[in-house]
Amino acid sequence: MNIPNSDVGAAVELSNVTKNYGRVEALHDVSLTILHGEVVAILGPNGAGKTTAINLMLGMRRPTSGTVRLFCLDPGDRGARSRCGVMLQESGVNDVLRVRETVDIFRGYYPSPLPTTRVLELAGLEDVAERKIEALSGGQRQRMYYALAICGDPEALFLDEPTAGMDVESRRAFIGGIKQQASDGRTVILSTHYMEEADQLADRVVVIDRGTIIADDSPASIKARVAGRRVTFTASPPPLEVDFLGLPVSGLELRDSRVRFHSGQPEQALAAIFRRGWDIQDLEVVGADLEEAFVSLTTKREAGLLPDQEAP
Amino acid sequence: MSSKPHLLPVPWHRLLVVQVRAVLLAYWRIPLFAIFTIGLPVMFFAFFGLPHLHQQVNSHLSVAAYILASLGAYAVSNVLVYNVGIGQAQTRARKLDLLQRASPLPGGIAIAATMIGGLVLATISLVALLLVGGLAGVQLPLTNWVLLIIALLYGAIPMLGLGLTIGYLGSSGNLAPALASLIYLPMAFASGILIPLSQLPSVVRAIAPYLPLYQVGQLGWNVVGAANEPALKAVAFTAVWGLVLGALAVYAYRRDQHRKFA
Repeated sequence: MNIPNSDVGAAVELSNVTKNYGRVEALHDVSLTILHGEVVAILGPNGAGKTTAINLMLGMRRPTSGTVRLFCLDPGDRGARSRCGVMLQESGVNDVLRVRETVDIFRGYYPSPLPTTRVLELAGLEDVAERKIEALSGGQRQRMYYALAICGDPEALFLDEPTAGMDVESRRAFIGGIKQQASDGRTVILSTHYMEEADQLADRVVVIDRGTIIADDSPASIKARVAGRRVTFTASPPPLEVDFLGLPVSGLELRDSRVRFHSGQPEQALAAIFRRGWDIQDLEVVGADLEEAFVSLTTKREAGLLPDQEAP
Repeated sequence: MSSKPHLLPVPWHRLLVVQVRAVLLAYWRIPLFAIFTIGLPVMFFAFFGLPHLHQQVNSHLSVAAYILASLGAYAVSNVLVYNVGIGQAQTRARKLDLLQRASPLPGGIAIAATMIGGLVLATISLVALLLVGGLAGVQLPLTNWVLLIIALLYGAIPMLGLGLTIGYLGSSGNLAPALASLIYLPMAFASGILIPLSQLPSVVRAIAPYLPLYQVGQLGWNVVGAANEPALKAVAFTAVWGLVLGALAVYAYRRDQHRKFA
C-alpha cells in the first residue's frame, strides 16, 4: 500500500464544502485547513453545522459539493482512518460487553494501539474496567467513549461535544486529559458550545453559525470580539439611533428611554455616552454569555461588519 | 506519538478475527440467546420426536430421524433470521454502527463478521440438537450426521440473506421482530419443517416447494432418506434463493447506508 508522506500537508482540509440534507443546507461553501498538531475548537450554537463539519472530515458524510481531505487522503481511506480517534455525539456500543472488552475490541482495529491498562488509566476507567457498559453512569460512559477514541494512539482526535452531559467537575478533569493528549503533539478537533472549553483547550477557535464560518482566530481574539459586555440603562431624553454612530457598540436596541447594546469596549462607549449629557439611570454592565456573544457575532455579520469567512 | 512512522492499517484477516470474536462475545453475554437458539429446537424435539423414537416410517427411516432433520432445518434458520436479523436491527437502533463506521473497521468486514458469527451460532444450535437426538437414540451412520450438518448449513444460507434484509429494513428496532415473525413463522409452517407436508392443506402444499425453507427441509430429509425430491434440485433451488435474498440484503444495506452516510 502506498502511504504518502502527509506530514507536510494539512491534517484536515475542507475546500468550498457545501452539504445539503434534502432541502436543508447544513454547511455553505466552507473552507478550512487544520494543520498537524493544531488544537482547534469548533464553536457554535446547536444546529450550526458543527457535527456536519466533523462528520464530513471523517468521511461519515459526503459533501454535496467541494472536497474533503484527511491526511491528504480521501476521508474514507483505511490508512487515514487508522490514524484517527473519534468520539461522536450520537453513538452506541454493545451494552452487554464489559468496558475492558470493548476497549480491547477497538484496540484491535488499530495498527499500533496503546496498552489496555494505559488506555483505562488515561480515561480514568480503572475502577469500572470489568463493569458492563449498561451499568455505567453517564459520565463514565462518556469517558469510555473517550477511551475508544484514544486507544489506537491516533495522530488526530475528533471529539464531537465530548463533555455533553458532564457536570462541571468532570468536565474540568476531562478537558485536562485532552490537553495532555494535545501536548503530545496530536491534532485535536473538538466541537463544543462552551466558550470556556474552547478557551481552556484550543490554539484556535472556529466559530460556525448557520452553516458558515463567521470567525476563525485565537481564543483571546475571539473572546475580545464575542465576550464583550452587555450594557443597559435608561436615558432621558430618549436617545436616537444616530446618537450611537461611531461608538463601539453592536446589537443596539432602543425602546423609548431604555437602551441596550453589546460592546467589546464598554468603557469607551460609556465615556462617550456620558459626554452626551443625558440623565442616565439604572446602568448595568454585565458579561455577555455565549448565547449573546453569538448574537453579537451574527448581527455583526448581518451588518456586513464581518466577512462571512476568514482565511485561517 | 508524533515520531511514530506511518503504519499500515490492520490487515483484513486480523480485523475479521477481532470482529468475529466481538460478535460471538456479544452473543455469549445475552443469556436468553442460549434458551431460544439451543433450548427451543431441543424442546420441540422432546415434545414431538421423543414419543416416536421407536416408530418407523419405513424399514430404513425412523419418525424421530425425520423429525430431527426437520427441526435441524428449523434450528439453523431460526438463528439466522432471529439472532442475526434482529441483532442487526438492534445494532442499528442503538446506533452501534455509527462509531464503527468512524473507526478503521471497514463496513464489509463488520458484515462478514456478523454473518460468520451467525453461522457459528447456527452450527452450535444444530450440533446441540443433533447431540440430544443421538443420545436419545436416533440412529444414523456417522457420515450422515456430518452430512446433515453440512446440508442444513448450506440450505440456511438464503436465511442469512433474509435475516440481514430484515435487519436492515425499517428505521426502528421494533419493526424487525415483527417482520421476522410475520415472514418466518408462517413460512416455517408452510415449508413442512414444523408440521409434516402430508398434513398441510393442499393449497399450502402447492406453494411449499417454492419456499426457501422447504429446500432446507429437503436437504435435511435427503440425508436421512425422507425426501420426496432429489437433493440436486434442493441444492439448485437453494442457490437461487441465496442469490435472490442476498441481493435483497445488499439492497437493504445500501439503502440504510445511504440514509446515514450519504
